[in-house]
Amino acid sequence: MTDLALAPALPPVHLKVHWTERCAHFALALVALALLAFLAAPLGAILLKAIEDAQGRFAGLANFIAYAKTPALLESLWNSVWVSALVTVVTLPAAFGFAYALTRSRMRFKALARTITLVPLLAPSLLAAISLIYWFGNQGTLKSWLTALGIAQIYGAPGIVLAEVFSTFPHALMILITSLTAADARLYEAADAMGTSARRKFFTITLPGAKYGLISAALVTFTLVITDFGIPKVIGGSFNVLATDVFKLVIGQQDFPKGAVVALLLLAPAVLTFAVDHWVSRKQTAMLTARAVPYRPKRAPWFDGLMSAYALCMCALILAMLGMAVFASFASFWPYDLRPSLRHYAMGLVDAEVGEAFVNSLVMAGGTALGGTLLVFAGAYLLEKTQGARPVRSLLRLLAMLPMAVPGLVLGLGYIFFFNAPANPLGGLYHTLTLLTICSIVHFYTTGHLTAVTALKGLDPEFEAVSASLKVPFYKTFWRVTLPICTPALVDIARYFFINAMTTISAVVFLYSPETKVASIAILNLDEAGEIGAAAAMAVLIVAANTVATLLFTVLSWWVDRRTQAWKQP
Amino acid sequence: MRTPGPLPLVVAAGLLALSLSAAAQKTTLLVYTALETDQLKAYQEGFNKVEPNIELKWVRDSTGVITAKLLAEKSNPQADAVMGVAASSLALLDKNGMLEPYRPLNLDAIMSQYRDKKNPPAWFGMDVWGATICFNTVEAAKRGIPKPEGWKDLLKPAYKGQVVMPNPASSGTGFFDVTAWLALWGDKGGSGEGWKFMDGLHENIAQYTHSGSKPCNMAAAGEFVVGISFEYRANANKAKGAPIDLVFPKEGLGWDLEAFAIHKGTKKLDAAKKLADWASSKDAMLLYGKNFAITAQPGVAAPLANVPKDYEARLVKMDFTWAADNRERILAEWTRRYNAKSEPRK
Amino acid sequence: MNPNYLRLAGIRKDFGSFTALEGVDLDIAQGEFVCFLGPSGCGKTTLLRIIAGLEVQTAGRIELAGRDISRLPPAERDYGIVFQSYALFPNLSIADNVAYGLVNRKVPKAQALARVAELLALVGLPGCEAKYPAQMSGGQQQRIALARALATSPSLLLLDEPLSALDAIVRVKLRQEIRSLQRKLGVTTVMVTHDQEEAFAVADRIVVMNQGTIEQVGTALEVYRDPATLFVADFVGRINALPATLHEGGSADQIRIGEQVFRCEHGSLHGHASGRDLRVYLRPEDVLARPIAPGDSNVFEAEIDKIDFMGPYCLVRVSSPRLGSSKLTVTLSLNYLAEARLEVGSRLPLRLPPDRMRVFS
Repeated sequence: MTDLALAPALPPVHLKVHWTERCAHFALALVALALLAFLAAPLGAILLKAIEDAQGRFAGLANFIAYAKTPALLESLWNSVWVSALVTVVTLPAAFGFAYALTRSRMRFKALARTITLVPLLAPSLLAAISLIYWFGNQGTLKSWLTALGIAQIYGAPGIVLAEVFSTFPHALMILITSLTAADARLYEAADAMGTSARRKFFTITLPGAKYGLISAALVTFTLVITDFGIPKVIGGSFNVLATDVFKLVIGQQDFPKGAVVALLLLAPAVLTFAVDHWVSRKQTAMLTARAVPYRPKRAPWFDGLMSAYALCMCALILAMLGMAVFASFASFWPYDLRPSLRHYAMGLVDAEVGEAFVNSLVMAGGTALGGTLLVFAGAYLLEKTQGARPVRSLLRLLAMLPMAVPGLVLGLGYIFFFNAPANPLGGLYHTLTLLTICSIVHFYTTGHLTAVTALKGLDPEFEAVSASLKVPFYKTFWRVTLPICTPALVDIARYFFINAMTTISAVVFLYSPETKVASIAILNLDEAGEIGAAAAMAVLIVAANTVATLLFTVLSWWVDRRTQAWKQP
Repeated sequence: MRTPGPLPLVVAAGLLALSLSAAAQKTTLLVYTALETDQLKAYQEGFNKVEPNIELKWVRDSTGVITAKLLAEKSNPQADAVMGVAASSLALLDKNGMLEPYRPLNLDAIMSQYRDKKNPPAWFGMDVWGATICFNTVEAAKRGIPKPEGWKDLLKPAYKGQVVMPNPASSGTGFFDVTAWLALWGDKGGSGEGWKFMDGLHENIAQYTHSGSKPCNMAAAGEFVVGISFEYRANANKAKGAPIDLVFPKEGLGWDLEAFAIHKGTKKLDAAKKLADWASSKDAMLLYGKNFAITAQPGVAAPLANVPKDYEARLVKMDFTWAADNRERILAEWTRRYNAKSEPRK
Repeated sequence: MNPNYLRLAGIRKDFGSFTALEGVDLDIAQGEFVCFLGPSGCGKTTLLRIIAGLEVQTAGRIELAGRDISRLPPAERDYGIVFQSYALFPNLSIADNVAYGLVNRKVPKAQALARVAELLALVGLPGCEAKYPAQMSGGQQQRIALARALATSPSLLLLDEPLSALDAIVRVKLRQEIRSLQRKLGVTTVMVTHDQEEAFAVADRIVVMNQGTIEQVGTALEVYRDPATLFVADFVGRINALPATLHEGGSADQIRIGEQVFRCEHGSLHGHASGRDLRVYLRPEDVLARPIAPGDSNVFEAEIDKIDFMGPYCLVRVSSPRLGSSKLTVTLSLNYLAEARLEVGSRLPLRLPPDRMRVFS
């Protein structure tokens, strides 16, 4: 047939690398480097600090042992664990019931109910704590209810539990809704054909089907509570938990090694959640195969009525939380003078330079939205749609998923250790708004990354091949095709970054300086000084800003759809 | 998208150059302080009237935190000056060789007990702040709680769960309360009557707060009946219309000095000296006097509306050197005994 | 015309321990239309992607127009490619899609527009420059994809199962258009397909592949009438396989099937050891019901077991006691069945033409 000699014994063939691919590799390396510097290195710094002593010499496990020997600190550990467990046990059924009402009944006003449940996401976690003080504090409106239940005061564990339930509710709800939606109607039809009772169907079909969702939601809730800082700070009273311990140790006593030990403890539940989630997602057989029929709930008046009532109840509670904070922020002098006044807003904005903090928050949130979206999308694109540079690629894949396992407190602490070290060339970033922004970007990176990856995977995988065959560099295709098609996803990612950056406390509380104080920290300081009215006012302002931002993003989304997605309608 | 044009870079470079040149004309002083945030602005404006070319950058936190921070940064100091931090803390810093002695312009006007004894002094006082109880009359009436006359009254069971005071580890106010009680009734290395008093008080304490202001704010809001705080906050709250009475326990009041010092090793010594000069001046004293009953320069402060004229006489005798020497031990002992009830710090 | 326009030599592809391609040697002439045909998993798509540079071969050489392109990245090879999913850019207009490769070459706008119009006319879709892919049917989209691939006048056109996503009628129409387009432009084309009919309809030569190797390369006729291997005989078209043995004590061209001895004049009879189990392969249309003259060799009587109506002809399953338990499928025209009044259970004589009996061992 041919007399071309066969290539000699097989060394691996490598294609010559086109210069555009080199660009891609370079960009990949940059992104990986950024994550190394701003994620891996700070975590490493914590690890190092935990095995150092106060003078910086190697101390092995001495700090851990000292920790284990301090009864007060161990008590905090126990407190954290049982409070988190209690919150999980309360939130999970509550959220499950709500998700069930949304997915398995024909109750009215589902969209409205769903929207209301997103309210806690728009507020800093300590809004709930502040609100609870007004409801159930010693001057609280419903204080008598609390004493009737035998609870002495809202400060301490009761307040933490209630506020955390409010805070974690939307997170658990989202997971459970996704889980319950993925149901195959045919299973239920088969059960009905066999005359199975509703109760039996629930326990043998619904619950097992939602198994992984329940596990996931439980872990997420537990981790969120155990690593939350804002709520125990405001309403914890004399009840010590791990999150506040880290602060007392690091900021209060400047005892960095012990602080690092507690930070590592806080890392554990998050890492566990991450690992279990990873394992679960592998085991989860697709409930919805191509043949599955989506479940459509049937009309059942009693059941629907019950579900409606339940949803109404939950929504009322959520609105009550927000409402009280709004009401109290306008009260001149709680509880003695409830006449409406703008005193707290004025005080917060003018006297205590909290207005500046609000502006800082907006700048930081804007920067996070902009920078975060760019970085996340570039990283996801480079990972999914380019080839080569395998080791860098694997590293970046790992780093992109890591932030999900790192609580904000731990990240912030790592940033202090890493960026305040005298030898660090990046040390100039310390105490700047830039560093706060970067910290927020890294903190919320993974969700953005996953959204971007999902969007990119929805594109035809051969775009890049076509582009190469037509000798168009990949970045031109990125600009002309990939980016425009993915714009809806980009808007989603930007909104996520913005809202979370506005409300985050844990990640930034270590890193701010007086000029770069952000609104959520300002609220904390106001509460610390006992100016709870002003604190409530600021919290309400953050909710307002986030609501406006969400609306703006929705409008942006709509506009973007019209501009770049016109090709969708046939 | 991959290759932004040169224009943004040019603009950025231009802005950078501008800001650098602007900064070159102004000196910036990094000042660590525990002053209340509502006081900072006035003092800063007062200073800039005299020295418009020196910009003040504040790092503000409660006394305990600021002290810990300064100590932690000992080998790599960031602060140029320390203003409005408790003298007991400054004495501690001086022990650690962290202060630059300097004789400010107006030193002679300052009373000798309100400045460091050395010559030139390592620190000098600005104003006195001292203990005051904020007592919510409305809530007390509701619960039938009597108004306390002295500290020892607070040990009575009637006050159980109704008393809040600051945590001495973070708050200067809390610290001077503790040192005052130890000075009044004895320390004896942990076994004195002072500690016994605090054991009893601990039974009635609902919370230890992070800041010195919060107990009074909580009492003002009726959250608790008795807030152990200091006179500035008490006066301000009553002026705002809070239903509180100011109580000055008869055994004696703890107090401390808000004081000024220059940090050793500062690269901006001249500017720091100028700040020191202003901080000791009569103009500054007048500003302090607006907030506090007693300034370091006597006869300057106008009396505060709700504070008695013999306030100074009620102050306990305070030895800052002793307080500085024993600070760590006292705090460790206090934490060991009472930390379980502490509100999360910062 | 360069007969060795595209040369593949010794191509091998391993995925870990799995060998997807081995010992692939192929020469394709300039302007030729070649089809890679085979069952799924045979490696035809992998081979195409290796030619495109989208997969990297483990070993072997690729030459295009005398230039060694084995190690060149896709952007430095010279080809256009069309995928099963069309891969049109949904947010760009048809004109922008087709002109995609031209824009990068700094072709002046007017020239590019003219070329787009020319290509669209060529693929039978004039005037739809302003539309978007979502507004066009599958067949139309595939034509646009073709126009896009041809816009830069590449040396090679690669088609990866371009018609598999289309419905039957469109498929037939479009394959004819692809063929006539290719003839018109004279561009060397390689198409991957699993559909034999398609391959027969368009290809100059067909490369039949199985499990990573090339079984046979030849024209449609060659591959159909003279299958080189067992696999090709089996895969392409329908086949009857009859167990047989060399007839002992008789002339060298005799084989025994069942109880009957047949003459076999096909070259494949030679070279088999006596006593070996053989299989005789015959296409259904090679089992003749007529003409059968008296005295013809290889005639036997068969009984109809089943008749499958296929339209113009029927596939008739027959069995014969003379052939033992073997069954045969025979193609008989509808008219003949009606004429001879044949139905299930009817008996009829059948003849196996000696020169059509292909023997494999």
